[in-house]
Amino acid sequence: MKYLDEYRNADDVRRYIDAIGQLITRPVNIMEVCGGQTHALVRFGIDELLPDKVTLLHGPGCPVCVTPTETIDRALAIAARAETIFCSYGDMLRVPGSHRDLFSVKASGGDVRIVYSALDALDLAEQNPAREVVFFAVGFETTAPAHAMAVVEARRRRLPNFSLLVAHVLVPPALEVILSDPDRRVDGFLAAGHVCAIMGLDEYSLLVDKYQVPMVVTGFEPLDLVQGILRCVRQLEHGSPSLDNQYARAVRPSGNLAARAVLKEVFQTVDRRWRGLGMIPKSGFALAQPFAEFDAERKFPMKLAEVDDPIECISGQVLTGHRRPNQCPSFGTICTPDKPLGATMVSSEGACAAYYRYKRNEVS
Amino acid sequence: MSNHVELAHGGGGRKMRQLLEHTILPAFDNKHTEARHDAVVLPVGTQRIAFTTDGYVISPMFFPGGDIGKLAVFGTVNDLAAAGAIPKWLSASFIIEEGLPLDVLEKVVHSMREAAATARIDIVTGDTKVVDRGKGDGMYVTTSGLGIVPDGVDVRPARVRDGDSVIVTGDIGRHGVAVLSVRKGLTFESPIESDCAPLADMMQCLIREGIDVHCARDATRGGVAAVLLEIAAAGRVHVEIQETEIPIDPAVAAACELLGIDALHVANEGRMVVFVAESDAKRTLHALRSLEVSRGSAIIGRVTTGGRAGTASIRTRFGPARALDLPAGEPLPRIC
Repeated sequence: MKYLDEYRNADDVRRYIDAIGQLITRPVNIMEVCGGQTHALVRFGIDELLPDKVTLLHGPGCPVCVTPTETIDRALAIAARAETIFCSYGDMLRVPGSHRDLFSVKASGGDVRIVYSALDALDLAEQNPAREVVFFAVGFETTAPAHAMAVVEARRRRLPNFSLLVAHVLVPPALEVILSDPDRRVDGFLAAGHVCAIMGLDEYSLLVDKYQVPMVVTGFEPLDLVQGILRCVRQLEHGSPSLDNQYARAVRPSGNLAARAVLKEVFQTVDRRWRGLGMIPKSGFALAQPFAEFDAERKFPMKLAEVDDPIECISGQVLTGHRRPNQCPSFGTICTPDKPLGATMVSSEGACAAYYRYKRNEVS
Repeated sequence: MSNHVELAHGGGGRKMRQLLEHTILPAFDNKHTEARHDAVVLPVGTQRIAFTTDGYVISPMFFPGGDIGKLAVFGTVNDLAAAGAIPKWLSASFIIEEGLPLDVLEKVVHSMREAAATARIDIVTGDTKVVDRGKGDGMYVTTSGLGIVPDGVDVRPARVRDGDSVIVTGDIGRHGVAVLSVRKGLTFESPIESDCAPLADMMQCLIREGIDVHCARDATRGGVAAVLLEIAAAGRVHVEIQETEIPIDPAVAAACELLGIDALHVANEGRMVVFVAESDAKRTLHALRSLEVSRGSAIIGRVTTGGRAGTASIRTRFGPARALDLPAGEPLPRIC
């Protein structure tokens, strides 16, 4: 609890905001990568406290938002089957597929269960040997190690009725898409603290060296964020881009070695389609060959068409920082959390949902 | 999106509002349902009675600080209290699943008897049904309540005025966290218990002091945020609260952060949100704090013209205000 009080201290936050104001000499665009950072910035009103010269652009770090529609459709088809128990984190349940979402499959009789952990799904498989338990493995590198461990444990317990529907995506390839865009608006990045706690800093150092753009790894509390922004602005003012770790209390340069080892064992890197962003090479995980028996795509083969979001949905532009949610013509009118056009409005960490929840009474 | 009723429709959030407004209320619309208050006040001869009903589907049935029986009595008592009524009589309807151990049923009804004695009401009629194993999840309890509204007392959203003070009668979030801790097997250094308690005496104390309570509502499913938004909508006003003034126990706050839920959305079962004229705020606070059940009362905000009518906002500790919203569904299903 002390962490919460200290890292939300209003006086300290204001001191950092003042320091940013005094240091900055020209307008800069800073992108926070992770949906959790976006949410915290908007929830605490930090984006409004910052000097006008700092513009925050919101990044693609919301794994729920970028899960392709056809993957949701696959999940819906599996969940609707009589023999399956489909387990998922809560925030996936309202993400719309082509026609419906998991909540409505549940309401029509599909056995869909919200779990807090993949291990809960594993226990369900053990308790229900006659049913096929499928866990929707969504997330970046942060959640992937726990999912990998669930598979290892499933093998140890010899469970033939457990599988993962893998939809993991990786942060660095998405950053590379944004960095290599000739129309790039982003001057500096706040990198995702919890992803880096797992994977370490190497991949990000490479990106900083290649593109000469400052990157600061931050935590998720207000003080973490304003400290990170100050350090990013300082780099921009002094013209010497580097990778900086503001979240040293949780992030070691080599990351979490045990987690990285289990990822290497259980997953392989594959090309993935991202909702709103299209195909990004080597940007996702799939189960490695030795664990193929736990792959729900193999257990439940089906052909699904690739589906694009309605034309009115500009979530791709939002995810790459080209537009803010309240600049979208559909925002708050035909697109709301209750009838979302795209996943950035549905996911609790999507930029559009954050703006709707905290800012929709304001004029853009 | 769906042609079926979803869990979220029972959550006290936006979807439930939609279900009520689009499907249920239009079937029954009459001048009494227009007030959109938890208990309805009806004229009977020269008196006014308050009438309310509530179903209790909480899972698990037993939790730190209470059980489904205690909840079923106090919850309905509090809905009557929120209308300014003195609760008198409850009915109790039981839908029991085949196979429920008899001693569980005994514990529940015993608990209801104790709660009724504490609240000084009588349970005077009821009904019992048994459904097949697998069809009833243990037990569901529905209580309806009748109370008498003293002369001159008029507590409802339409009476809320610009400038009114908003008071919450104690620290928030206990009930939801207590229930969730049992479900998730979480333990805390100091165990968190539900705040389940009757609030009718508290409300009558304010009335006896001569305080003109404009509006009150107990902050159950959907939490304090739901109450503020419902009253803002029904009263066509804007409510702004201050983050730094909201009373919350550190252990409850920590649990909410851990679970990723907003304490303002968490159910309470012994907390009222009260609207009084600003000139009455100090007196109200003093009266509330003199009672055990409302010792932790605090003024958390006010009704202002500084925002759009029908909405509510919270000024964060850093300065800027942001909108208060209802969650779409329910962060914690089967909470009461």
